Amino acid sequence: MTKQHANWSPYDNNGGTCVAIAGSDYCVIAADTRMSTGYSILSRDYSKIHNCKADKAVLSSSGFQADVKALQKVLKSRHLVYQHQHNKQMSCPAMAQLLSNTLYFKRFFPYYAFNVLGGLDEEGKGCVFTYDAVGSYEKVGYSAQGSGSTLIMPFLDNQLKSPSPLLLPAQDAITPLSEPEAVDLVKTVFASATERDIYTGDKLEIMILKADGIRTEVMELRKTLSECWQHTLSIVLIRISTLGSLCYLELCLKFSCVVNRFSFSYL
Amino acid sequence: MKLDTSGFETSMPTIGFGSSNDMLDGFSTVPSFDLPRTTDFDGFQKEAVQMVKPAKGTTTLAFIFKEGVMVAADSRASMGGYISSQSVKKIIEINPYMLGTMAGGAADCQFWHRNLGIKCRLHELANKRRISVSGASKLLANMLYSYRGMGLSVGTMIAGWDETGPGLYYVDNEGGRLKGDRFSVGSGSPYAYGVLDSGYKFDMTVEEASELARRSIYHATFRDGASGGVASVYHVGPNGWKKLSGDDVGELHYHYYPVPPAIAEQVMEEAAAE
Repeated sequence: MTKQHANWSPYDNNGGTCVAIAGSDYCVIAADTRMSTGYSILSRDYSKIHNCKADKAVLSSSGFQADVKALQKVLKSRHLVYQHQHNKQMSCPAMAQLLSNTLYFKRFFPYYAFNVLGGLDEEGKGCVFTYDAVGSYEKVGYSAQGSGSTLIMPFLDNQLKSPSPLLLPAQDAITPLSEPEAVDLVKTVFASATERDIYTGDKLEIMILKADGIRTEVMELRKTLSECWQHTLSIVLIRISTLGSLCYLELCLKFSCVVNRFSFSYL
Repeated sequence: MKLDTSGFETSMPTIGFGSSNDMLDGFSTVPSFDLPRTTDFDGFQKEAVQMVKPAKGTTTLAFIFKEGVMVAADSRASMGGYISSQSVKKIIEINPYMLGTMAGGAADCQFWHRNLGIKCRLHELANKRRISVSGASKLLANMLYSYRGMGLSVGTMIAGWDETGPGLYYVDNEGGRLKGDRFSVGSGSPYAYGVLDSGYKFDMTVEEASELARRSIYHATFRDGASGGVASVYHVGPNGWKKLSGDDVGELHYHYYPVPPAIAEQVMEEAAAE
């Protein structure tokens, strides 16, 4: 008798993209707010950024959000224990290694989370750490993870031109861009990724970390493939309703609500 | 069939019981891992591996010569056809006189080398002298042997200088451990072996050896698509390791094979004429 394999998988991919850029005295961490499953949208307003209650490190993760939530909880409690034991907050490089070890301790049942950790190091310079699902990490000048990462990374490679940290004589991996320029770049990058990735869109949440604190910005992104069509449709509906065919209007409204919940719609 | 997880149980008594075991903490014993509760462990691991997609595809090499050990590696990490990073540190600094190379799963290599570094330091503190390369590689091999068959992917070389002179061992995830003079690991290793074996002499100077190592990595990155990035070269001498060079392999190509100026000018003239 052939073995029956279970069709249930403990994992799911909720999509989304996270980006971080390190600067000379700031760090920008951004993520979209769309949470999907398969071809459906579960939420248009779900934050993927977690600030670990550390003023120098912010974690952003895409992938399976249940695992991400569990991972955030573990990190938060480990950070709290550290604060009690050492009477100070964890530095960003320390948090980076903690995250790596936390991920590796689930090596045989991994957290399905693709993380980017951003923050300021001991000298106040920006640092970004990028991870794979089981904890291998490296310090980089910028990184993108998630469903839109293959679209975003080549563009960041082109714009930020960060020299490799392995070169000898050593060159700084930090980008020379100023903070407003980096925020602008992030907005551009997400607007472009939204055009071509169905799992990225809705809103963009940007956190800017500087020595004096964390600032948050929110920007609207495209919600469906063709919002201009929705606008046209609504104008047409108003015109029709003035002619008196209210039942047709109701049908069109219902259709547009269904369309709203599908991340791809041929409109 | 219930999985035999006795390999994960700590074999040492817990702290506070035996006074002779004061030094021991979680790091001296096999760390315990969460396991998924499934009847088909191998099938689950195969699926999990699909998700993790270990960064295979690499070229690392190391060889012993008169002046010590030369270690070199590329820096590309690929996930299938996508280059996930061009700046991966594949030469891991275990401690100031020992290096380890990374090939296979990036997280596996990073974690176990870090773990090895901790164990080596504990050995120093317990025995008031440095651990030998043979001892360190044995520690790593034994740790990996306990996880044999569970899907770890580690193909590493431990290079160092101890009281007996330069030492080089190859350790892999099956728990295999080989002592040798010349090793190359990874998808680009056949190309690297070709250049390395033909140019190798025991009586090389440090400069000649570093140039040989750099050239071998460059040739491997030239022909192997999964290798590339920056070619790093380290030297391990009696006073510890030192990084000798880190060059982008694209630039190395033009350094070794410069485009003759005549041809370049001709091409530019033709382009200008159009």
